[in-house]
Amino acid sequence: MTQPIPSSTPSSIPSSIEGTRELLSSGDYVADRPLCTSLYLALSLGRPLFLEGEAGVGKTEIAKVLAETLGRRLVRLQCYEGLDIASAVYEWNYQRQMMEIRLAEATGEANRDSLAADIFSRQFLISRPLLQAIELQDGGAPVLLIDELDRTDEPFEAYLLEVLSDFQITIPELGTIKAAEAPIVIITSNRTREIHDALKRRCFYHWVDYPAAARELEIIRLKVPGVEDRLSNQIVAFVQRLRNEDLFKLPGVAETLDWARALNTLDCLELTPEVINDTLGTLLKYQDDIARIQGSEAAKILAGINEKIRMEALAS
Amino acid sequence: MDDLGDRDAPRGRFAANVMQFARALRAAGLPIGPGHVLEALRAIETVGIDSRTDLYWTLHAVFVTRRDQRDLFNQCFHVFWRDPKILDRLMSMMMPEMEGSEQDRENQESVNRRVAEAFAHERQPGKGEGDSEEDIPEPEYELDAVMTYSAKEILQEKDFEQMSGEELRLARNQIKRLRLPIMEVTTRRFAPHPHGQRIDMRATLRRSLRGGGGAIDLVRKRQRRRHPPLVILSDISGSMSRYSRMLLLFMHAITSDRDRVHSFLFGTHLTNVTRYLRYRDIDLAMEKIGQLVTDWSGGTRIGHCLETFNRDWSRRVLGQGAMVLLITDGLDRDGAEGLEAEMERLHKSCRRLIWLNPLLRYDGYEPISTGAKAMVRHVDDFRTIHNLASLEDLTDVLSHQGRRTVDGMSAWIESSTMGAAA
Repeated sequence: MTQPIPSSTPSSIPSSIEGTRELLSSGDYVADRPLCTSLYLALSLGRPLFLEGEAGVGKTEIAKVLAETLGRRLVRLQCYEGLDIASAVYEWNYQRQMMEIRLAEATGEANRDSLAADIFSRQFLISRPLLQAIELQDGGAPVLLIDELDRTDEPFEAYLLEVLSDFQITIPELGTIKAAEAPIVIITSNRTREIHDALKRRCFYHWVDYPAAARELEIIRLKVPGVEDRLSNQIVAFVQRLRNEDLFKLPGVAETLDWARALNTLDCLELTPEVINDTLGTLLKYQDDIARIQGSEAAKILAGINEKIRMEALAS
Repeated sequence: MDDLGDRDAPRGRFAANVMQFARALRAAGLPIGPGHVLEALRAIETVGIDSRTDLYWTLHAVFVTRRDQRDLFNQCFHVFWRDPKILDRLMSMMMPEMEGSEQDRENQESVNRRVAEAFAHERQPGKGEGDSEEDIPEPEYELDAVMTYSAKEILQEKDFEQMSGEELRLARNQIKRLRLPIMEVTTRRFAPHPHGQRIDMRATLRRSLRGGGGAIDLVRKRQRRRHPPLVILSDISGSMSRYSRMLLLFMHAITSDRDRVHSFLFGTHLTNVTRYLRYRDIDLAMEKIGQLVTDWSGGTRIGHCLETFNRDWSRRVLGQGAMVLLITDGLDRDGAEGLEAEMERLHKSCRRLIWLNPLLRYDGYEPISTGAKAMVRHVDDFRTIHNLASLEDLTDVLSHQGRRTVDGMSAWIESSTMGAAA
C-alpha cells in the first residue's frame, strides 16, 4: 500500500495559488484555478482536501502527482465495505506476543505488570496505512490518500474524525500517537452515498467537474503525446458533446485518454463513423449507452463537430 | 482555530462582511456554524483578496460541502459581494418561510388547530372536522379498512394540515408499533460472541495477561450482522391516493426506526423525501412533504420515474446491497413506455426487489395491464399492501433472505392464470 520515495528532486509546499498550479503541471497534471485554490488552502492550512466527483475525472491522480512532485511518500488507503481498524490503522503482532509470553514463562520472569507493558509496546505493533501516515519518517510527512471513502461504512467514517482533525491515533493498550508533522491528506469520493457533514466539516471541499474543452485538449497533449492535433481536437469535441447527452454513465477524462490511446494505437488519423463504432467501448461502459450512440447518432455528432471545427478554423 | 486576534487577520469591515455572508448562506439553508467563519477568515488570510475569483473559490472551499449547495453558494456570492443589501431584499422576496413573522404565523396556525382539537376531543369520527369543510362528510373510520376511507384525497393539492388528529392517532398507533425486521446479512466486521467461529486474538491476549500469561483462555468472535439498506419507491398517483397517506406513515415509522432507509415518492416525477421523513414529529414531516411534492393524485409515469431513479439515485442509494420496495398498482399513464428496461436495470442493481401492489388483494387480480406485465417479470416478490395486516405481513417477506430469480415472478402469472382457468 505504500510506494518508495521518488528519486526526483522534491519541491517545497507552494506559497501561492499560481505556485500550486505550477507544481501540479510539473507532474503533468492540468488543474483549473478553483482546484488549485482548494488544494493550496489545504496544503498551507494543513487540512484534508475532500474531492468529490464522477468516476474518472482525476481525483486519485492529484494525490499521486502531489506525492511525486513534493517528493513525499504516498500512503494509500483504499476503502471498502467493512474496512476495520486491523487493516486500516494498526494490528498487534499476535504470534510475536505469544512467543514473548512463552519465553517469559520459560525463563521464569513472568512478572505480570512488566509482561503486560512489554507485549503491548511499539515493537509488537504492525502499522497499517493510517498509522504509517502519522509516523515520523524521512523526507517529510507523507501524502495520505484515502480513496473512495464512500465505499466504506459509517462507523469507519466516524473513526476517521479523530485522525483527520488532530492527526492522532488512540490505541487503548498503548496511548495516543500524535503526528510530529501532519500528513497531506487527500480524500476522494464517488458519491455513491453522502459522507457525513461532521467529516466534511474538517476538510476543504471541492467538486471535481469534467474539464472544459481547452483543458481536456491540454490533458490529451500531455498524457498521449503522439496524437495528431486534428484528431485530438475531434476527440475532445466528440467527448464534450457526449457529456451533453442523456447517458447512464458519462465518459470521464480517464475514458477520453483511453480512447485517445486506443485511436493512437490503431494509427487512426481522423475520426470516422466506422472508427467510432469500433472503439466506442473504450469510451462508454454501459451497453445501453453504446447502443444509443453507435451508428447514426455517432455519425450525426461527428458531422456536427466537424462542422464546428471547420467554422472555428475559418474564423481564426 | 486558535485565537484569531493574535494573527494579522483581515479585520474590521471585511471580517464583518464575511460573517454577514456566512449568515446569509445559513439563512439560505447551508449548514454553517461559527467555526466556518473563523476558518474562512484564515483561508482568506492565506490566499489574499487580490482577485474576486480567488475569493470565490476560497469561500467555496470552506462553506460548500455538497455538490447541490454550489448553486446556492454561487447566487449568494454574486448577490452579496456586489451589494449586501440586495440580499436582504431578495431573501425576503424569495424565501418567505425564512421570515420570523411568517414562520410564527404558520406555527400559530398549526398550534391553533391542535389546541382546538385538544379541546374538542369529544368530537365523533364521521362528523366534519372544521368550519371550512363541514360540507365534506368524514367517512367512517375502521381499522380493517384504514386505507380506504378518505374522500378528500381526490384533491389535487394535498393539504396535510387537514388531516384530523383523531384519524392520525388511531392509524399511527398501529403503524408506530410496526417494526421491520429485515433479514440481516453478514458484514466483514466482527463482534465478540461466546460461540464464535474465530478467535479474537487481541482480546485473548489481553485476558491472558490478567492471569500473568500462564493460561490462555480463548475469546471468540464472529461476523457482525447488519440489515442492508432499504429503498422505498412509492406511487402517489390518483389511483393510489387511498393508500399513499398510510404508506407515508409507514415510511415515517420505519425511517425513524432504522438507519439507511431511503424513501422516494413518484407520480409524474420522482421526489426524494428521505430527509423530511427523518423529522421525529410526523406532523412536521408531513407538512414538509406536502410542500415539496407537487404531483399528488395525478397521473403516473412509472417508466419515466424509474429512469430518473436509475440515473440520478441508484448509484447513490443502492450501494452495499440494498433491498427495494416498489409500491405501485402498475397502472401507467405512458402505456408502460420504457418501463420494462428500467425495471430490469433496477432489478439488476439491487439485492432484492419487492413489488407491493394494493390491487393484489382482489382475488381475481392478474397483472394484465401492460405496465404490470412488464414489471412482474423483474421482481423477486409480489405482495399486497392495503391494510395494516398486510403491512405486518411484510415482515415475512423481508425477514428471510429469499430466492432471487432472473425471471422475476413470471411463474406466478402462469400459475395464477392456470388457477383461474381451472
